[in-house]
Amino acid sequence: MKVKYFAWVRERVGKSEETVEPPANVRTVEDLIGWLSGRGETYAHAFETPRVIRAAIDHAHVRSDAAIAGAREIAFFPPMTGG
Amino acid sequence: MTANVTIRIQEPDFDIAREISALTEARTDIGAVVSFSGICRGSEGDEPIAALTLEHYPGMAEAEIARHAETAMSRWPLTGLTIIHRVGRIRPGENIVLVLTASQHRQAAFQAAEFLMDYLKANAPFWKREESAEGTSWVEARHHDDAAAARWTKS
Repeated sequence: MKVKYFAWVRERVGKSEETVEPPANVRTVEDLIGWLSGRGETYAHAFETPRVIRAAIDHAHVRSDAAIAGAREIAFFPPMTGG
Repeated sequence: MTANVTIRIQEPDFDIAREISALTEARTDIGAVVSFSGICRGSEGDEPIAALTLEHYPGMAEAEIARHAETAMSRWPLTGLTIIHRVGRIRPGENIVLVLTASQHRQAAFQAAEFLMDYLKANAPFWKREESAEGTSWVEARHHDDAAAARWTKS
C-alpha cells in the first residue's frame, strides 16, 4: 500500500510518500503507526505522540482503530490548519 | 434550476466580485449571497509574520471540501456555493480562502457559510507554515476550531 505524509510528519519522516508491505498482524491504523515507528529514528520522531497524528484511508478521515485491509493509500498528518 | 457548485484549490488569488457574479449570473431565484474571505494576518499575537505557506493533500482536499459542500446543500436550501482555497506562499493582506453561499433568503446563506468555514478549518487537509524573523514553524491547530465544527452536529 502507498503511505503519504504531510506537513511536519512529512518533514520528520524525510519523505512525502512510499510503498510499504506491513506484515499480516498489522491490522489497524494504530498498528501501522507502531510498525512504522520501528523502522528508524526519523519514523520514531514523526510518530512519537500518536494521539496527535491524524490519518486518512483513500482520501477519507479515519480513526486510529480503523482496519487497513484493502486500503490503497493511507496518509498521516498533523491536525489541520487551513481556512 | 440546478445548484451552482464551484470548488477550486489554486495558487493564484481570486476576484471576489467576479466569483459572486459567476454564482448569480442569469438567475433570478437568488435573494441572498453571503461572502466569507479568510485573509493572511501580518502578525500572530505580538509576532510579525512575513508570509504563510499552505500545503495541502491533493485529491483528499477536493474530496473533503466536496463532502462538506454536499452536506451544506442537503441541510440548507442553497441555490449555489463557491469554495476556493489557495495554496503556496501567501503574504499578509492576501486572500487565503473564499466561501460564497447563495440562497433565496439570507438565513440559509449565513448559516451554510459559517458551517462550511467551521468544517473546512477542522477537517480539510491543509496546513499552514509561518515565516517570521525567528524562522519558519508549522501553525498549531486551535482546539476552538474543533469545537466550532462540533457544534453543528449537536442540533
